[in-house]
Amino acid sequence: MTGNGLAQIALYFLVLTGLAVPLSAWMERIYAGRAGWLETVLGPLERGLYRLIGPAAGQAQDWRSYALAVLVFSGAGIVLLFVLQLAQAALPLNPQAQPAVPAALALNTAVSFVTNTNWQNYAGEATLGYAVQMLGLTVQNFLSAATGLAVMLALFRGFTQRESATLGNFWVDLVRSVLYLLLPLALGFALVLVACGVVQSFAPYVQATLLQPLADADGHTLGSQTIALGPVASQLAIKHLGTNGGGFFNANAAHPFENPTPLTDFLLVLAQTVIPAASVLLFGRLLGDRRQGRALLAGMLLVLALAALAGYAAESAGNPRLAALGVDQAGTDASPGGNVEGKEVRFGLARSALFATTTTATSTGAVDAMHDSFTPLGGLVPLALMQCSETILGGVGAGMYGMLVYAIVAVFVAGLMVGRTPEYLGKKIEPFEMKMAAIVVLLMPALVLLPVAAGAIDAGVTATLSNPGVHGFSELLYAYTSMANNNGSAFGGLNGNTPFHNLAGALVMLLGRFGTIVPVLAIAGSLAARKIVPPGAGTLPTHTPLFIGFLLGTVIVVGALTFFPVLALGPLVEHLQLWAQ
Amino acid sequence: MHPLKQQFRPALVALLALTALTGLVYPLVVTGLAQALFPHQAGGSLIVEDGQVRGSALIGQAFANDPRWFWSRPSASAPFPDNAAASGGSNLGPTNPALVAAVQARIDALRAADPGNTAPVPVDLVTASASGLDPHISPAAAAWQAARVARARGLAPQRVQALIARFTEDRSLGVLGEARVNVLQLNLALARERP
Repeated sequence: MTGNGLAQIALYFLVLTGLAVPLSAWMERIYAGRAGWLETVLGPLERGLYRLIGPAAGQAQDWRSYALAVLVFSGAGIVLLFVLQLAQAALPLNPQAQPAVPAALALNTAVSFVTNTNWQNYAGEATLGYAVQMLGLTVQNFLSAATGLAVMLALFRGFTQRESATLGNFWVDLVRSVLYLLLPLALGFALVLVACGVVQSFAPYVQATLLQPLADADGHTLGSQTIALGPVASQLAIKHLGTNGGGFFNANAAHPFENPTPLTDFLLVLAQTVIPAASVLLFGRLLGDRRQGRALLAGMLLVLALAALAGYAAESAGNPRLAALGVDQAGTDASPGGNVEGKEVRFGLARSALFATTTTATSTGAVDAMHDSFTPLGGLVPLALMQCSETILGGVGAGMYGMLVYAIVAVFVAGLMVGRTPEYLGKKIEPFEMKMAAIVVLLMPALVLLPVAAGAIDAGVTATLSNPGVHGFSELLYAYTSMANNNGSAFGGLNGNTPFHNLAGALVMLLGRFGTIVPVLAIAGSLAARKIVPPGAGTLPTHTPLFIGFLLGTVIVVGALTFFPVLALGPLVEHLQLWAQ
Repeated sequence: MHPLKQQFRPALVALLALTALTGLVYPLVVTGLAQALFPHQAGGSLIVEDGQVRGSALIGQAFANDPRWFWSRPSASAPFPDNAAASGGSNLGPTNPALVAAVQARIDALRAADPGNTAPVPVDLVTASASGLDPHISPAAAAWQAARVARARGLAPQRVQALIARFTEDRSLGVLGEARVNVLQLNLALARERP
């Protein structure tokens, strides 16, 4: 660890906080129907969209109707994206003539992008033409993020409304999220990225003449390099702002055309956390009690900072087996040092660790370094963050509604301790909410552990693991942890393009996403119908360090108790193996 | 109408309209503005010499085995190194014996090309990058190779060091990332200096 590395991490937290505050104010205005000059410009487009959608856009929806709208809209998105991939050969803007995507892979990819997971069993530059990347993937990067925001807003209304049968309108929440939040941010950010070197082109791949010709595996001399291009910046901007994370290229944000400089890396890390952070503050604003948002965000950022430092320390320790070969792993101003297998020199260790931490605390799943090659403890940090249900910031919308479910669990546990009826923010928590919260909390571990257990005893599945020994087991554990939490990052050595992973993965991603959204909306509907009880002498204040510590403790204890046994079989054993000699 | 069926039309219309907006209009607007404002970057930051594309300033090329070039970082891209149409890392785990074997082989090749150099090899020179296309090596990795390249090309060591300094980028804004040397640009300059 170097002073400069620590300074980079500190700078990130400073700038993130500075951006989240004004963004939360802007979000409040968007959803209150006061988007200012932007409303003047885009208002006609917005009203045109509502006219196309029809009377459904004008009615307040109860939770069932809201949930049906989410499910049908997402289902239609899966079908469209699936068909686009099958029809790829017939689409324009495909200069490399990429053929149709096989059905199982196309299904996995369609589910993956609609569920905001962006798990990728394919290599972008070798599989998809520009039309599918734009019309299919870029679109779902916007729409899956906007869907997450809509569900979050519905849950917020469950807390802020009293004795209401409805939760707002999904179509309005969707359209306003796209028009006034995601689209303007993505447009500006995409241009900044291009200025820094990210490509944005419809041209075919470029041939460059090599300075030193090289021999390929068959002994043929290669005199040129084929350089993949594409409309990258437009997809990259929303890929991070929407916590999607699916790379245009196989190497994702490690690819120099997706992340050319340390500055773009800094901006991408900011982009993938700023809307989740602002959403926490937005909650406080909508409650009319900003302390609630501030306290929760401060707690989340503290956990995030500790995770980033732990990851950075683990990678800085390097690999003792390479030290034994006489390799210089010291980190200095002239060398990144440490464990740089699977890392880029321009980013070094601190940026790679911070990226890995923020991409798994949120549901982004983009990578600027290969997590499979991290040290055992360096790889444990992203795993553990996902296993905390991605509630430390979490995905756009999804993180905040996940955290509020945990808040319900926390007040319930606290209520049991002191023998009072649990209530949160003036809403009494009753058996129905607890049942729904229990479904959300228990579903994710089941979606991780069942396929891992099934896969670990199947020779066909273990053959898809690229590393021997316990690290191979970690690859499998990481894969299903990532898919169940709709993250999308991977221990990339796993060969995911097999029938088992394509189909089991698609099912896990679907249940992970909608198995959470439906109970969350049920909770929202049930809470919205209740009165708001004014705080009394016995009310548990929820903006204090005591409660925030209790809440984060609940998240971590539930995650740790559930996953400690499998973590012991994977990264913890590997750590001992690595350092025991 | 059944409540489920009521959602079909709005869902389909919203999906198609927002697809046109975010999947067609938005990327076309970004492309138009990018090509107008930053055509060099949008097109891949290509290095063109005498009308010939020599590569991209952002994409690494493979240099190895020949003592006259600065060697780039090892690349795990398939089926050959620095394949800019198939990016990717090795994904070798830290305890994988294949990682130790690969690093040992790279150390042996570096030592064979420069038998007199007894300094420990900087780690980025013997480990594969994440993208397989890392255009950079660390300043330490460039310094480690400088004497060998100077000798093989018959250049003064100071001259080679000056070229390294010219293609060394400092941390962005003085704090972000790491200092680095662009290998392709450095080797192109070397080739111009002493073909």
